[in-house]
Amino acid sequence: MNRAAWVSEEVAASPLAVQGLTVSYDHRPVVYSVDFVTPPGSMTAIVGPNGAGKSTLLKAAMGITRRLTGDVRVFGRPIEEMSRHIAYVPQRNSIDWDFPATVIDVVAMGLFRNLRWWQFTRRRHREQAMESLARVGMEAFAERQIGQLSGGQQQRVFLARALTQEAELTILDEPFAGVDAATEKAIVEVLKRLREEGRTLLCVHHDLATVRDYFDHVLLLNVRRIAAGPVEEVFTERNLQATYGGRLSTVQLTRLVGDPVAAAQRSE
Amino acid sequence: METWWRALTFTLGYNTSLVTIGSMLLGAAGGMIGSFVLLRKRSLVSDAISHATLPGLALAFILAGLWQGDGRWLPGLLLGAALSAAVGLWAVQTISARTRLGEDAAIGAVLSSFFAFGVVLITVIQSMQVTGQAGLTGYLVGATAGMLASEAQLIALCALGLLLAIFVLRRDFLLVCFDAEFARTQGVSTGRVDLLMLLLLMAVVVIGLKVTGLILIVALAIIPPVTARFWTDRPLRMVALAALLGAAAGYLGVTLSSVQEGLPTGPLVVLASFSLFMASFLFSPWRGVLATLLAYQRFRRRVHLRQGLLALAREEPIFDNLTLKLLRRQGYIRRDGVATLPGQAAARDAEHEERLWSLYRERHPDDALQQEHSGLTPIARVLSPDAIMALEAQLPPRPEGGR
Repeated sequence: MNRAAWVSEEVAASPLAVQGLTVSYDHRPVVYSVDFVTPPGSMTAIVGPNGAGKSTLLKAAMGITRRLTGDVRVFGRPIEEMSRHIAYVPQRNSIDWDFPATVIDVVAMGLFRNLRWWQFTRRRHREQAMESLARVGMEAFAERQIGQLSGGQQQRVFLARALTQEAELTILDEPFAGVDAATEKAIVEVLKRLREEGRTLLCVHHDLATVRDYFDHVLLLNVRRIAAGPVEEVFTERNLQATYGGRLSTVQLTRLVGDPVAAAQRSE
Repeated sequence: METWWRALTFTLGYNTSLVTIGSMLLGAAGGMIGSFVLLRKRSLVSDAISHATLPGLALAFILAGLWQGDGRWLPGLLLGAALSAAVGLWAVQTISARTRLGEDAAIGAVLSSFFAFGVVLITVIQSMQVTGQAGLTGYLVGATAGMLASEAQLIALCALGLLLAIFVLRRDFLLVCFDAEFARTQGVSTGRVDLLMLLLLMAVVVIGLKVTGLILIVALAIIPPVTARFWTDRPLRMVALAALLGAAAGYLGVTLSSVQEGLPTGPLVVLASFSLFMASFLFSPWRGVLATLLAYQRFRRRVHLRQGLLALAREEPIFDNLTLKLLRRQGYIRRDGVATLPGQAAARDAEHEERLWSLYRERHPDDALQQEHSGLTPIARVLSPDAIMALEAQLPPRPEGGR
């Protein structure tokens, strides 16, 4: 079969589209045959229980983790040629915080693809990095060694590195895990502003209570794709029940998607 | 002493100068690649590499000896050493990738078995009828005395090439060391970069065999980066500093060894490197032991003094001896523990500031998270006078019993 055959107009416009993506550890699929087309300009949450393969799906799409099968396209072209269009904010626990690097060094790493080997980081690069830092409200910390920051500040620094890349798509792995409320608010602001600029955001998210406030699209995942689409259509009790396999209580569900009776009355 | 001075000033003859320059370049290359390997947390791999050179070295010696009667032919020996180091490296990688053993266990196994094989081969050589056997011990602890000019040139040129290669690859190395996952999203093949890093490390080890010997060459790749870490928090600056320190160690060690016939170069280079390390460890103003200790004592005093003043303001009893001593020394309390006039004023100020800080934290929780304050920073250093005035206007009246 011609692999490019699935590249429809929708796929060609999407900053990240995956088809038939499977990842397995020791013959146990952790992500199984997932199809997903990220709507351009959307802010999409990937939601699912622990071990549902949310991070793995993204890592495999970006080539960090090896994929067993599947095709990944960025604007219709193979992702390997298009890596400069994607910025990635990793989970904080994958970093050595004693590394000899200051905040500005980390942010400037977002310029990696713009610098050739004979070039040194010049003032113009520094200014670019400082601009990103200012957008996340961290410019006062530029000279600080990264280990001396709080968890929320560290998260903002990595967001600033992603901003420096000026990528069409920003992928974030649990950006709100272990950060304080003020940081969460600040990060959401930055992300919403990015969307207003027409960029796309794809975000592993574990807090069901904020999905409606923060995101416009959602991908419900539990090894397989359960449902995907606009939040109002897809983030329903039935889909959540299917995703979490009955692990959510009725009380939790009611709080999340609203009282079905009240919702029905609202829509009338 | 005079010989050493002449060696230091490059006036001890062409050969010695050439050897010195070669060792400096080698030290610089070792410091640079060592920094990246250290940041990648794989420093011990260099130990495995260096010990794995011995069988190749010995085999090359035997072959060259059978061929032309004298085993000492540097390019051949280096090639043999490189080949067996590559096999050792491959063994470490395979064992740690294919089995459940960690890299440290793999290193231990490979290091000892390769070295053992090398030692056996050396005893074989000792029973053979080839000349130049004495030259082989030079590869164990390093010997630059009596090095040929062509050999020194080879070492210097190779070291220069390595320096250039490391410079070209510095940003890829750094990215992979810091955040390998991010590096992959940037289209960097981490496997290839890791392999290049280890190959360059191997090249430094092999070229340095003649200078520091295979037992001590590890120090060339570990001590300078660790020393550099004491002086900077920035990644590429640390690499550059490690290069300078490595070059300095090479310079000092080689010149010292030329003072007297028979002084081994390797131990002297390592000792020079270690002295630089000790000096940094003790005296670095940022991460050195003394500076850390002093900073800790200063901070402790500030906390004690502050708590003492707050206790005075709240008319609580003070039991801590250090607190009492500090308050007395500042003239804030009398011998019998009663607050003096300046003491009362300082206590009022401290309490006032404490109340301002807590009000600020209450009214502006988001900003307070951004600010750096440990409760000890004077509020005027963080907030503008206007902001402080606004806060003071909002201060609730003092509770009963306050002054």
